[in-house]
Amino acid sequence: MAIERNMSLTGQPPVSINTTQKIGVLIGMAGLFILVLATLGVDLGSAALWLTISLTAITAGVIIFAKGAYANKLPGIKNDGVWFKSMSSRGVLGWLAGIALTGFYVILYFYAGVLGLGQGVDGANTGLIALFDPLSYFLKGSAASEWFVYGTLYTIAILAFGVKFMWKYKHNRYEQLRTISVMFFQTAFAFVIPELMARLNSDTFSLPYNDLKLMWPLNYYAFDQWRVDQFINAQNIGLFFLILGILTIFVISPFLTYKYGKRWYCSWVCGCGGLAETAGDPYRHLSSKKMSAWKLERWMINAVLVFSVVMTTAVISTFLGYDSTKYWFTKNTFLLSAGVFLVVMFALVAYFKRDQLKSDAFKGAVIALIITLGAFVAMSFLRFHEIQINAAYFSFGLNTNTYGLDGAMRSFYGFGIGSIFSGVVGTGFYPILGNRVWCRMGCPMAGILGIQQRLFSKFRITTNGGQCISCGNCSTHCEMGIDVRSYAQKGENIVRSSCVGCGVCSAVCPRGVLKLENDSLEGRINPTDVLLGNDVDLMDYVNNKKIS
Amino acid sequence: MEEHIVIIGNGISGVTTARHIRKLSDKKITIISAETDHFFSRTALMYIYMGHMKYEHTKPYENYFWDKNRIELKRAFVKSVDHANKQLQFADDTTMSYDKLVLAVGSKPNKFGWPGQDLEGVQGLYSYQDLEKLEKNAPNKDVCNRAVIVGGGLIGIEMAEMLRSRDIPVTFLVREKSFWNGVLPDGESGMINRHIQNHHIDLRLGTNLREIISDENGRARAIVIDETGEELPCNVVGLTAGVSPNIDFLRDSGIELGRGIKVNRMLETNIPDIYAVGDCAEQHEGINGRRPIEAVWYTGRMMGETLAQTLCGNPRQYNPGHWFNSAKFLDIEYQTYGWVFSKPREGETHFHWKHPDDTKCITVNTDAATGKFIGLNNFGIRMRHEVFDRWLTEERTTDYVIEHLAEANFDPEFFKHFEKDILNAYKSQAVTA
Repeated sequence: MAIERNMSLTGQPPVSINTTQKIGVLIGMAGLFILVLATLGVDLGSAALWLTISLTAITAGVIIFAKGAYANKLPGIKNDGVWFKSMSSRGVLGWLAGIALTGFYVILYFYAGVLGLGQGVDGANTGLIALFDPLSYFLKGSAASEWFVYGTLYTIAILAFGVKFMWKYKHNRYEQLRTISVMFFQTAFAFVIPELMARLNSDTFSLPYNDLKLMWPLNYYAFDQWRVDQFINAQNIGLFFLILGILTIFVISPFLTYKYGKRWYCSWVCGCGGLAETAGDPYRHLSSKKMSAWKLERWMINAVLVFSVVMTTAVISTFLGYDSTKYWFTKNTFLLSAGVFLVVMFALVAYFKRDQLKSDAFKGAVIALIITLGAFVAMSFLRFHEIQINAAYFSFGLNTNTYGLDGAMRSFYGFGIGSIFSGVVGTGFYPILGNRVWCRMGCPMAGILGIQQRLFSKFRITTNGGQCISCGNCSTHCEMGIDVRSYAQKGENIVRSSCVGCGVCSAVCPRGVLKLENDSLEGRINPTDVLLGNDVDLMDYVNNKKIS
Repeated sequence: MEEHIVIIGNGISGVTTARHIRKLSDKKITIISAETDHFFSRTALMYIYMGHMKYEHTKPYENYFWDKNRIELKRAFVKSVDHANKQLQFADDTTMSYDKLVLAVGSKPNKFGWPGQDLEGVQGLYSYQDLEKLEKNAPNKDVCNRAVIVGGGLIGIEMAEMLRSRDIPVTFLVREKSFWNGVLPDGESGMINRHIQNHHIDLRLGTNLREIISDENGRARAIVIDETGEELPCNVVGLTAGVSPNIDFLRDSGIELGRGIKVNRMLETNIPDIYAVGDCAEQHEGINGRRPIEAVWYTGRMMGETLAQTLCGNPRQYNPGHWFNSAKFLDIEYQTYGWVFSKPREGETHFHWKHPDDTKCITVNTDAATGKFIGLNNFGIRMRHEVFDRWLTEERTTDYVIEHLAEANFDPEFFKHFEKDILNAYKSQAVTA
């Protein structure tokens, strides 16, 4: 299209950046460059000094860039040129950023040695990871790991880009409060508190690294034997955390989702969501809005959910099976109660929500249930850990270890879903596929919360009568790829399992059509054929009967 | 053989007609457009230029939609209508027969005979082709050192916003003493004046265009201001002094025309089996205080919904409910429910409240004798359509409306509320008045 080609060639506003922004880029890049030098093994001298300089420069760079972009502008929507800028429209810069991020994740997950993990004398860190040692000692009293480096950079990204996002939405208190919330939960719950708690560990007492807000199934290792054992061994405090974790899954989270929708987690608390909403914000419009993408999403996210349930059950039932004296449950009581729980839940939903379940959703749920129950039955008759599987068959010979079936599933999940999907693709592909690919297509937590949100929640996005002009800003800037307009132009409320309640559709709407709210369940889903504004008779007529 | 319904125009009115006919029947439907292959949202053209969206995003339906719903699309320009033979002639001299014809041909920008109005670089902003022209005429501030916009209405301010997004200097000529004050009361209009200036737009109020001056290549190089004779160099002139129905091709068709295509309440023209909907349709008399021609997005949609019923054997009159509308002036959103005129009509009073930050205000129109609520303009605060529609139907008083204003608030969660301020201002005004 001529229009779009012409524009990308201009180095003019809104594509160009101003002097303040250039200074911000320079300072931020200098900070990153220090990290690169450290990775390459350049001896910088004082790690504490250079780490401080680097992290300060990165943070300051982002904030100065944001100041240049937004400080002198009047409050309002700041999307000028997002489809022209190379960085945010899958141009060269976007691809470079994607490749760099993806590369970083591959190294982080599979080649931490490259970053200097335990490469020095007596297993001391070198390179990038050694640069973070002083901070790690300061917080938890031990040397840094690749995960500590990642956690620090992740937190810095959420904080710095969070400031940027708040500046961008200086007129919108919903966006600002939500951003303060994710910044807080990332810094306190995911980073500082767990690291400080690690200080409490001794030879006789140890707690697993415990990010309180990171629940199963997003935390797929929540019920691994070593974790459960550590909790149980840590006496009352450990039991408290274990029970709190289970309560969060079955009571607290469903309750909050009922009251506020899944947004309470996905865009106010979650770390993955936090990064997506801050560092990932410039890419939100890249998500696919096609019907085909929605279809793929529904199969994919629910398949991951089924897999995570089966995998977790297999892991738990295995350690219950061969060490039953230590736990309250035996393997078969556990499997039976899990199976009964799922069947009862399914039956209740199928009965009470039968009007809201479309036939394809029902079909999908039945298939998922049968697969899950089938797997449970298999677990009860077979001893999964005795079925040995050589990993060489499915790892191109990279891994020649032999695992029990439960361990193999656990490893496959950890590798395929935990590392590749949520990390390499989920974040590495921000500049290509948008900032919520993982949350939309892969996150089993989002899957569960989504089912709850669709069926049992007061949350919806209300459409304002007949005011919609079908402009498409809402759909374009929806990070979850929801075609918001298709509902708004029909006067229908938006009740979708994938909606994370970021509020951007409402913000970018030029006519004040969309409002996120929690209200009664009555009339929450309101299919209409004719919008408000027509005379009342016609609306009654069209909505009540069709001409044959 | 199913009846063949041909719709000229693939805008909101024509497309809504087609969609609802398909919902109600199996008739053969063809939509003809000379503008684009597919339906897109005209209101979103500005966002393409500003880089918020691509053309693809302005299409409310994916391309497969039309096939799936058996709505045939034809890209062609209709030259004339031969109603005696129920036939259309296209620009390439081919023809198409119809059983029923729906005219949904929309508008075109007004030109008032200004000298130089047809020069290169002079354009309106209505169609997709206009957007392509603007992209060519004003790709950046090097090619376009200054743009002058003539006409202080909704399209004018949008065009100014578009050009400013690329940092192009804009002079905005407004005939009235204050922006859009034929529609907006003074308090609101004044607030928008200041907001326009805050966006570094050179706003010239009470200023008319005398002529557009050509360079040696037939391109606009300057304009002359009528009042002062000042010559203002520029590369682009935006003509945004309103729109009028796009009906030139129907001049000799026998279809009764006024400013638009004359229709009755059934949206029928004087010729059997020919109907008109949307911007191009002109009612013999305005309905419930509405104008005979309503160039508004939702009225086009409502006419389409109504006509589809009629065409499918359930004859309905076009009967719009309470007036409402919305727009956005740069960063300030505007909505209106019921009737508020720029000056209170006889027997009406206005209550005006404005926030000290000069970006939010409301005006409430009241029947002085009965205290009945007649209408509301709200700027920078979102209001709930459903609630105001109900209050208008229930004929509530302004006292009631102001008292219950919080029920109608539609701002996002955690936004500051101003109902108390408004109530206090309303009470103190009631005391002093």
